[in-house]
Amino acid sequence: MSRILIIAEHDGETLNASTAKCVSCAQAIGSDIDIAVLGDGIDEVAAQAATLDSVSKVIAVNAAHLAAPLAANWAPEALSLAADYSHVLGPSTTLGRDLMPRIAALAGVNQVSDIMEVSGPTAFKRPIYAGNAIVDVEAAEGAKVIATARIASWKAAGNSGGATVEQRAASSSAAGHTRYVGLESGGGERPDLQSASRVVSGGRAMGSEENFGLVYSLADKLGAGVGASRAAVDAGYCPNDMQVGQTGKIIAPDLYLAFGISGAIQHVTGIKDAGTIVAVNKDSEAPIFEISDIGLVGDLFKVMPELESLLG
Amino acid sequence: MKILVGIKRVVDYNVRVRVRPDGSGVDTDGVKMSVNPFDEIALEEALRIKEAGNAEEVIVVTAGGDECQQQLRTGLAMGADRAIQIQTSESLQPLSIARALLKVIEREDPGLVLLGKQAIDGDNSQTGQMLAALWDRPQATFASKMVLNGNTATVTREVDAGLETIEVDLPAVVTVDLRMNEPRFVKLPDIMKAKRKPLDVIPLADLGVTVEGDLKVHHFAPPPQRQKGIMVEDAAQLVQELKSRGLI
Repeated sequence: MSRILIIAEHDGETLNASTAKCVSCAQAIGSDIDIAVLGDGIDEVAAQAATLDSVSKVIAVNAAHLAAPLAANWAPEALSLAADYSHVLGPSTTLGRDLMPRIAALAGVNQVSDIMEVSGPTAFKRPIYAGNAIVDVEAAEGAKVIATARIASWKAAGNSGGATVEQRAASSSAAGHTRYVGLESGGGERPDLQSASRVVSGGRAMGSEENFGLVYSLADKLGAGVGASRAAVDAGYCPNDMQVGQTGKIIAPDLYLAFGISGAIQHVTGIKDAGTIVAVNKDSEAPIFEISDIGLVGDLFKVMPELESLLG
Repeated sequence: MKILVGIKRVVDYNVRVRVRPDGSGVDTDGVKMSVNPFDEIALEEALRIKEAGNAEEVIVVTAGGDECQQQLRTGLAMGADRAIQIQTSESLQPLSIARALLKVIEREDPGLVLLGKQAIDGDNSQTGQMLAALWDRPQATFASKMVLNGNTATVTREVDAGLETIEVDLPAVVTVDLRMNEPRFVKLPDIMKAKRKPLDVIPLADLGVTVEGDLKVHHFAPPPQRQKGIMVEDAAQLVQELKSRGLI
């Protein structure tokens, strides 16, 4: 019988959408699902987690040393909560990828990274070689399953649930050797690239940091997140954390609009799970047109302002 | 201070990986093999720390069969002082690699351990974090910048929300991201010199590590392909198409 604990991702105020995606993955594993919210002053986040469908209980652990999501502090706490569960699940975001292997090592098991499909309570499909192969893996008999859910593969669970919230005292203490200094956020007010339902991306053909402004203004018109190809990042048109692809973020928005992106394998790997891909490029031979749902061969600097005015 | 750098032999990142028709794995016959690119960045960072006078020795370590010596020699040619091969014919999963690395750490007592943030074959992104857990030391993953200040390091991490800064006591495990540096090219005289540098071979069993609790890997399949869609003529048609699909 599977009992699943999800480690919530949040910024201290708001639950990250990746947690609702973990719930969907958990639903495919079993029906007994709890969420652990670790932090300091996180009652509001716990209340948000309690609204997620099919969650029975939210365990809120408030402690000063858990305020920042440091793996060295969160892992021992998560491990002690994990005692009552057969599965511990986190998101495949940088938080989950940092934290979950530390929990797995403390529990003495290998981690299942990036679950994209559940074949059975301990059997999963996951991508390797940047998604160029999909492999079937199975956890060792009787071992605790510690895993990350590949968030691009799962839709967010609904929020018409009503779980109970249980406050629990921390059983761990501060690791001491690791200290949080701060976060310099890149995105500003725009939707988070990783969880946005619409994303507008620009490539090298944008030509300059100044021209990349067209991507921002179209994104703002659509209420979309902003992404970029590695070429655009390397050329200095925009910051690193906007990079979409194998070495950047792997995303799955409902609508992805790519402007001046040729469609290198490394980029395509990051958008394969998008609902609808729109590509605009002046080169009719660009490989992105092989995988786009709607393609338009044209001049970006004409098409983008036109789109913006048509979207009024 | 000694710096230990973990490296892995992987299919070169330029190779288009193909799944064998019988689903038994990916085709690696006659395929170019390289040092995992993230590990190369880790090694470059270690070399720069040494060149700045903040470390005395850089040791590269890997776990695998004797074919891995090729990648260790590449590491030595880049500038590492010596190499250690944890010899095994098995394909180790991250927990076993972390356990073996911990044994090497106990022998070498490094002040810093650097690894790539993930290997581009298994894409697990686990080994560094597991090693830090077993060693009970700090971890700084996905690092794009590191500043050493005596017994601590200030590390900038590339996280989804932007750039996070943490401070860790040394020794610590740092896993590096793409933008930390650009690794140097290896020059021919360095390749010749690397042949004379020490390369120790330690059988996995001699480290007292038993492989257990592995995930069973059953079947490999190629990923589903996206189909080519339609083409439109201009912005107006595009907007119309998006509206008809209920996307805007």
